[in-house]
Amino acid sequence: MTTSVRPRSILTIVALTVGLLTLLSTLSLFYGAVPISRATVLASFHSFDAGNLQHQLVQEVRLPRLICAGLVGIALALSGTMMQGLTRNALADPSLLGITHGAGLGVALSLAFVSEHSFVTSLAFSFGGAALGTAVILLITVFARGRFSPVTLTVAGAALSALFSALSTGITLFHQVAQDLSFWYAGGLSGAKWAHVLVLLPVVLLGLLISLHIARSMTVLLLGEDVATGLGSSLTKVRLLGFCSIVLLAGVAVSVAGVIGFVGLIIPHISRFLVGTNYYLLLPVSALLGMTLLIASDLLARMINPPFETPLGAVTALVGVPYFLYLARRKELSV
Amino acid sequence: MDVWHAVKQARLTLFCLCSLLILTFVYSLSTGILPVSFSAIGRTLIGQGTESERLILIDLRLPRMLLALLIGAGLAVSGTLLQGMSRNALADPGILGINAGAGLFVVLTLFFFRSATHQLPVLPFVAFVGATLVAWTIYRLAGKAVQPERLLLVGVGINALCGALLIIFQLKMDPRDFQQATVWLTGSIWQADWSSVLTLAPWIVCLVPLAFLHSRPLNLLQLSGSLPQTLGLRVEQTRKRILLIAAALAGSCVAAGGGISFIGLLAPHIARRLVGPNHYSLIPVAALLGSLLVLLADLIGKNLLAPADIPVGIVIAILGAPYFIVLLFRK
Repeated sequence: MTTSVRPRSILTIVALTVGLLTLLSTLSLFYGAVPISRATVLASFHSFDAGNLQHQLVQEVRLPRLICAGLVGIALALSGTMMQGLTRNALADPSLLGITHGAGLGVALSLAFVSEHSFVTSLAFSFGGAALGTAVILLITVFARGRFSPVTLTVAGAALSALFSALSTGITLFHQVAQDLSFWYAGGLSGAKWAHVLVLLPVVLLGLLISLHIARSMTVLLLGEDVATGLGSSLTKVRLLGFCSIVLLAGVAVSVAGVIGFVGLIIPHISRFLVGTNYYLLLPVSALLGMTLLIASDLLARMINPPFETPLGAVTALVGVPYFLYLARRKELSV
Repeated sequence: MDVWHAVKQARLTLFCLCSLLILTFVYSLSTGILPVSFSAIGRTLIGQGTESERLILIDLRLPRMLLALLIGAGLAVSGTLLQGMSRNALADPGILGINAGAGLFVVLTLFFFRSATHQLPVLPFVAFVGATLVAWTIYRLAGKAVQPERLLLVGVGINALCGALLIIFQLKMDPRDFQQATVWLTGSIWQADWSSVLTLAPWIVCLVPLAFLHSRPLNLLQLSGSLPQTLGLRVEQTRKRILLIAAALAGSCVAAGGGISFIGLLAPHIARRLVGPNHYSLIPVAALLGSLLVLLADLIGKNLLAPADIPVGIVIAILGAPYFIVLLFRK
């Protein structure tokens, strides 16, 4: 609310981001572990030949992976933006507050106890775990009303993450699936297929719609809870819907791509810096930036040490931790 | 004078803890997949046991118990020192990322010098370097932080960074090494043998008394404002020295038993409840409590889902993390 940004500069920002996004997407299609000439990549789009292995590679591996990266980026950025808005905490992020590790616990349970392991079961369990993590951290926020500074909440989130990951490790070590869990944790998008896109797309859209639906109330909430209630926002409704969108977005991102930290932390900060705190603007810009960051990180994860993949979560952590440490030293941490 | 006064005040607590520790120790020796009777334990310890009793007790269980004692004491004292020097009741080598730094360095060593993995005595030194590096980073980043939680926040960041680097190297290991590294990182002592006990013992035996000798400066550091300086303490220098001892303790424990979080948090807290804030009595009581906690966690870990073993670190994290959150509320 404090910063008003002129429409023209917003258009410039959006145009620049879209340009960058297009560039990165093209690069992701052109470069990979297997060298494929540009002409072949283009040919796979306008004259697809099912018998050509390289065409198959572009259409069945690189393209779905690119789309998954974009969608997961949107999901992470939006869940971070909603989380920071709802908890009024500049350090909130699904991976810092225990939600991601809650989803990880869900996946550990499904690895250990579901004999017919499929993408759908792991998705369901991961949603359950994400909901558990979100519920616990929001309960802590509500229960400690006023007594918890943003810093304390983040530290509590770290303890919660430690608890969840200890439980997951215990369960998977006992059932001897520990390395499966680690591969999934660090999995990134190397296994992304069209099936994942089909799951991601509707869930991310739903999360985006819910977030946009409460965007006005979220903006008003920044003026304080009393003002928001006075202006006709139902706090319970906003919190409940916000909770749903966080669970949907964080849960689906984790189940597809494993633990990817710090995207949900950094992106809302950059977006707020660029377009201010009007959520109608903030949410789409966050989504766009999240998409860009994740596609860039995924490209990096493939390029650092080819043909091996560097875990995507490690790449984002290497980018995110310095920023986190910078925030940790900053004085003002409420949104 | 301070020393005798403090010890006299805490003698009942010390006596109770010692007896509890001995009882748990003996009980833990007798339980396991193959139960051994108390008389058989006595027989074996004086060298009269059968071959299989000797194998179970002397070669398998005893080193594991001793390692639990040493690691518990080391991490508890490390936590006490960190809490004392930062005046932050929530400091713990695990939470601050010191364990993660040490673990990262050990995994790097295992990764790059696989043939040399049996050079066990080197690992504590490597871990010490990692721990000191993290401790120094934290000190630089949050040394004079206004809010105690900022220190923890920096720790959260460092943990994430080390975790990211760890996972990069772990995934490049072959599956058997990987399983071993994971088990070890989560804090396990079940593969303990005499060589790891003998590697860790000198560190603990030297460093814990050294920590105890710093009780007076630690007590002075608790005073507010410029009082410590006025009383003749070189504050920053002392804090650095204490931090170094804490890092050495945590590092050597990590090298021997992997990262066990929350012991350095739990033990000093319970100790403060029992004997108050005087470090002369706090450090020994915390050390005993740390040993007792790790021993109990190990007992739970090996009996709860027998014949499977749950790593001690996981048992303690499951107990310690909720306690930590409650402490955050209480403050």
